[in-house]
Amino acid sequence: MHPFDAVRARSVVKTFGDVIALDGVDLDVAAGQIHGLVGPNGAGKTTLLGLVLGLAAADAGTLEILGMPMGRALSVADGVAGFVDGPGLYPTLTARQNLMTLLALRGERTSRSREVDELLGRVGLAEVSGDAVRGFSLGMRQRLGLAAALLGGPRLLVLDEPANGLDPAGRRQVHDVLTDLADSGATVVLSSHRMDDLASLCDEVTLLSAGRVVFSGPVHKLAAESGELDYRLITSDPEGARGVADGTPSLRRVTARNGSRQGDEQALVVRGPEAALDRLVAQLIGAGIAIRELGPVVPPLEAAFLALTGTEADINAEETTR
Amino acid sequence: MTAIVGVPLVRTNPVALSRGYRFEMVKLVSQWRIRLLMVACLIAPAAYSAVVSQQTSLPTDAVYGRLMNQSGWAGSLAILVFLGTLLLPLLTSVVAGDIFAVEDRLGTWRHLLVAVRSPRRIFVSKALAALTVILVLLVCLMVSSTTGGLVSVGSHPLPGLDGHLIGSAELARTVVLAWLTVVPPTLAFSAVGLLGSVALGRSPLGLLAPVALALVLMGVQVMPVPVALRVALPTNAFIAYRGLFTDPAQLGPFWVGLVVSLSWTVLATLLAYRLFVRRDFTDLANDGSSRLVLRGFAPLAVLVVVTTVVVAATTGATGSGIEKAKVEAALSTSFSNLYVLQTDQLNRPPVTVSQLGTTTSCEKGGSRVTDEGAGAGWRCTVTWTLPGTTAVGTAIYQLEIAPEGRYVADGDGPKEVNGFFQVRTPAGDAPNPLWQFDGVVDLLGS
Repeated sequence: MHPFDAVRARSVVKTFGDVIALDGVDLDVAAGQIHGLVGPNGAGKTTLLGLVLGLAAADAGTLEILGMPMGRALSVADGVAGFVDGPGLYPTLTARQNLMTLLALRGERTSRSREVDELLGRVGLAEVSGDAVRGFSLGMRQRLGLAAALLGGPRLLVLDEPANGLDPAGRRQVHDVLTDLADSGATVVLSSHRMDDLASLCDEVTLLSAGRVVFSGPVHKLAAESGELDYRLITSDPEGARGVADGTPSLRRVTARNGSRQGDEQALVVRGPEAALDRLVAQLIGAGIAIRELGPVVPPLEAAFLALTGTEADINAEETTR
Repeated sequence: MTAIVGVPLVRTNPVALSRGYRFEMVKLVSQWRIRLLMVACLIAPAAYSAVVSQQTSLPTDAVYGRLMNQSGWAGSLAILVFLGTLLLPLLTSVVAGDIFAVEDRLGTWRHLLVAVRSPRRIFVSKALAALTVILVLLVCLMVSSTTGGLVSVGSHPLPGLDGHLIGSAELARTVVLAWLTVVPPTLAFSAVGLLGSVALGRSPLGLLAPVALALVLMGVQVMPVPVALRVALPTNAFIAYRGLFTDPAQLGPFWVGLVVSLSWTVLATLLAYRLFVRRDFTDLANDGSSRLVLRGFAPLAVLVVVTTVVVAATTGATGSGIEKAKVEAALSTSFSNLYVLQTDQLNRPPVTVSQLGTTTSCEKGGSRVTDEGAGAGWRCTVTWTLPGTTAVGTAIYQLEIAPEGRYVADGDGPKEVNGFFQVRTPAGDAPNPLWQFDGVVDLLGS
């Protein structure tokens, strides 16, 4: 017996009028995996998550959720939970009432009320469980939405930007909950704009751009797609460093844009392969120029994102003449 | 990573309708405005009925308003008049008009779909929950208005709209029936509220669709439109209860109102349902308000045309429905019944309606105006005879007839019969039943 895919999409197309939101999307999410969806605004992430949740039907292609083909009718498969475009909560109800009414919907009010308290504790809302949701911050709502999605132990959890509005502690808490869920065998599909979130949480990511999949695979492979990176150096002699950089083969010097970090007028930003950067460092040291700071302008995952989605030109630097 | 193997294929199981209904009820009742509305419906009519019935100036514009100080049941009936004009459409706006739009405002549609797993059941649950709350509010209004009147004035007989005396027990039954007759048009306006809420989303017009419709229809009602169109409008069903207060009851407007109201209810609900289940819930920007309003509401306009044609064909009613013969017959009946009442008040030898042999002659606005239609220019001369005498009594009335058939008869003399607001009875001064009274012309009668 083979492990099956929790989500399996083939050539999925979804349009809204003249707008093609998804254009032949293939997606495989193995059961038990935390899978990230990433892409620029309008790439089709939310639409894809909506299809997985059964909130809409694809115009073409096939979509199987937990092994079941999704039909044309709007319906959410059993064992699937989650939210897109923020959690749906009722502000006039308390946090506990929001979850209890969901339990009541499933006819489990009395037998599972302890689960509600446990879930509220897991997402750090035990102390405010009796407060009306109207007074909750965005982060608290996100956590309560996660708790609502976890009610009943879903086998596939679909979350759209679950870390939105969360402080670092809240983000850590959500990460722990999702990791525990995946460890228990459930599948998590989430979208995020935060590449660091995806890197620390996901086994695999799918990168969407303009409704098409431009990458799908392990996170470390995405980093390899970043190509040449820009590196930022702060040295003891900026003028001298620029001269050395200009004389280094395979290395281009780029200038920082307006709005760059404080002190960037003193920074040297170069682009080229790692070998060329190594040579530059050696030459700077040889020339008696101290290197005070060295790092990529854009982290590798983010750079890969920008390169693959064609938005590289938007990075915080632009090429100039050597 | 743990892979799930050998897990059987999943199925989609929507939640039971009863649980979806309870879920919607919890959400509705948790809203402060619904709670406040319920409290207001419980207190305001009772307070109004109790306070106004003790005043010297009574709301004579409302049917039975002028009798609020004579019987506790009159207060309930006067409030029923106000409800039918704008209050019930407003209630349906607040509840049904917001039941779908609230999910757009809160951004909870997707959450609800994931939780309930069936748009169809969401629709039915919401519609039933809204209907429940509206009916509860209606019951609150009825109980409150009746209680307020009965506590402050007591249960006393009242003359019907044809002047016949209705005893307390029969009055109680008729008042309850009168309140039941406003349920069908309330359902119709609730369905329009659902349609507005689905079709127009967050737009204020969606919330106020029932009120907007009521205002438009009220505008039509005050115009001299053909009677077939008038009774084919759902607002007319709000006043069909008047026919219950005549003997025999004028049930034509009620049956037409019932059929019209149910037609509106079914059509508007089906339109709302169709728009709802076809909605794309993945497109957050689309709350339905961009949808063609015509697609939602145009069929209702067609329904008005169809029902008007059907009413005209089945009843043969033409023109305004207010004709000279009908007015004369209605006034003769009312006068005869009230004269019997006055005779009893004055402790004179009893007479019966048939002994009086009352006849009436009416004209409207002089010889140059056709004696037909609504207006304040009706002048009627009533004649009758008393048993054992050959003398003919004569009394004059000025009538103001509203387009929907209700008239106010204002006695113009002689003073001993209908020219003064009080009569001297053996027990002291009492209101003169023949001085001013409300009556109704049967628009669909022949």
